[in-house]
Amino acid sequence: MNTFNNSRRNFMKNAGTLALGSTLPFSLVELAFAESDQNFTFAYISDAHIQHIKGTSFVRNWDRGLIRAVAETNLLTPKPDFVIFGGDLAQLGSKAELDHGAEIMSALNTKAHYVMGEHDYYLDLGEYWEKLFGPQYYSFEHKGVHFIILNSIKTYDDWTFKRWPTNEQRMLEMAGLDNPNGSPFMVGEEQRKWLKSDLAKTNKNTPVVVFSHSPLQKIYKGWNFWTEDADQIQALLKPFKQVSVIYGHVHQIQYNQIGNISFNSVMATAWPWPYPQSYAQAEQYLPKLTVPMNRADPFFERDATGWQFINLANGRVDLNYTLYNNASRIVRYNTKKKRPEDSAYQNEDALIPPQTHY
Amino acid sequence: MSNYHQKSIAYCFGLMAFAVTGTSRADEFTKADLQRYQQQFMATVAEGRELWTSPKLGTNGVACAQCHPNAANTHPETYPKFQKQLGKVIPLWEMINWCLRNPLEGQPLAADDPKMTALQAYVTYERRGVKLEPGKH
Repeated sequence: MNTFNNSRRNFMKNAGTLALGSTLPFSLVELAFAESDQNFTFAYISDAHIQHIKGTSFVRNWDRGLIRAVAETNLLTPKPDFVIFGGDLAQLGSKAELDHGAEIMSALNTKAHYVMGEHDYYLDLGEYWEKLFGPQYYSFEHKGVHFIILNSIKTYDDWTFKRWPTNEQRMLEMAGLDNPNGSPFMVGEEQRKWLKSDLAKTNKNTPVVVFSHSPLQKIYKGWNFWTEDADQIQALLKPFKQVSVIYGHVHQIQYNQIGNISFNSVMATAWPWPYPQSYAQAEQYLPKLTVPMNRADPFFERDATGWQFINLANGRVDLNYTLYNNASRIVRYNTKKKRPEDSAYQNEDALIPPQTHY
Repeated sequence: MSNYHQKSIAYCFGLMAFAVTGTSRADEFTKADLQRYQQQFMATVAEGRELWTSPKLGTNGVACAQCHPNAANTHPETYPKFQKQLGKVIPLWEMINWCLRNPLEGQPLAADDPKMTALQAYVTYERRGVKLEPGKH
């Protein structure tokens, strides 16, 4: 924790020097171990939705979100060990959008790992994305932690291969969050098999951190805040002592604890999404544990967007959200209660009016 | 204008109204009428949904539904209300126009533009069942 607090103070000092203002929108993940020299942080940027208009013009608003997150990530002191990009770099999966997004990301001074989002995938099923960023799923070790990247936004073959006359239409149908012609996300059999064999080689005491685009839990099917085979993935992760799943897609703060698995979502750099309970017709299961982020102010275009730095503490993730125009949020694993909790707002009497969504 | 003239004009309008509505009386409607009214409304809702998810309202390809899936977080039941950023009480259509101008980088619609009517019909329909709370922030 000390490591993180120091880094945060240094970071804010640097940020202040550069007159970026007193708050910044990001989350940093910190992993801390019994021996503090093993602690490390990584940064998480997600859901940029770079959107091509025509020629060389792109939607300014979304461009600015990613450019700002990259610039601020570069200011972190000490440097994070790596950066995760959580998916949906593009809006409609085109080369123009992926190239433009990759160019903005290339300004990062830290190595980045990429997670596949549905907006990156459904035009060419990840072909061009793979050329830019590498395989769609893999694992790697870092300072004693086993990291896994999954492509969780696949769906039924029938929908992907037989339903749509053109790839462009398939992309458009999946891009509409509330489109009833869409299809539920899933990791799928091929990756589940791979995950099983990958985990078989991993010691059960090793902290495991999984990155996926969609939540590997079921929250609201109508907007794909959902992964169809989430239960099967959770079963594969169950034998491990410390498991964290970090996901994008939802453009809002969510966290949950299911058995040994902690779930944390990250912010989008592009725009915020409503919580499912604000759709009056929805049957939804937002985790009760989640204290929502503040309702967004549409007049401040970066409000309720951001990025995060993450501290890995004792193999558990602590997410540090610093939010434009809003007070910072820290969602930290409570080792006594064995669940992630907001450091300021977790108690019911600590809730503030902007956290009420309706 | 004489009294006689006014009466005859009123009589003419009476005849015209009778011709348009056929034989039914002003305060009577059938199940078929109700069905027709509902169909008219739902067609307008569908048109609104089409516009809500379409990039055509703006100039940069952004659609309303990108930030407001199922028109969530629009809260039509709270309008008219005070918008702190505009410093005055506004009806819903003014807020829709704010979105058309800003995130969509487009042109505002007239208050009685059929497209504006359709957008409001859709937004309100998605919010059906929620109690009216004018002025709520």
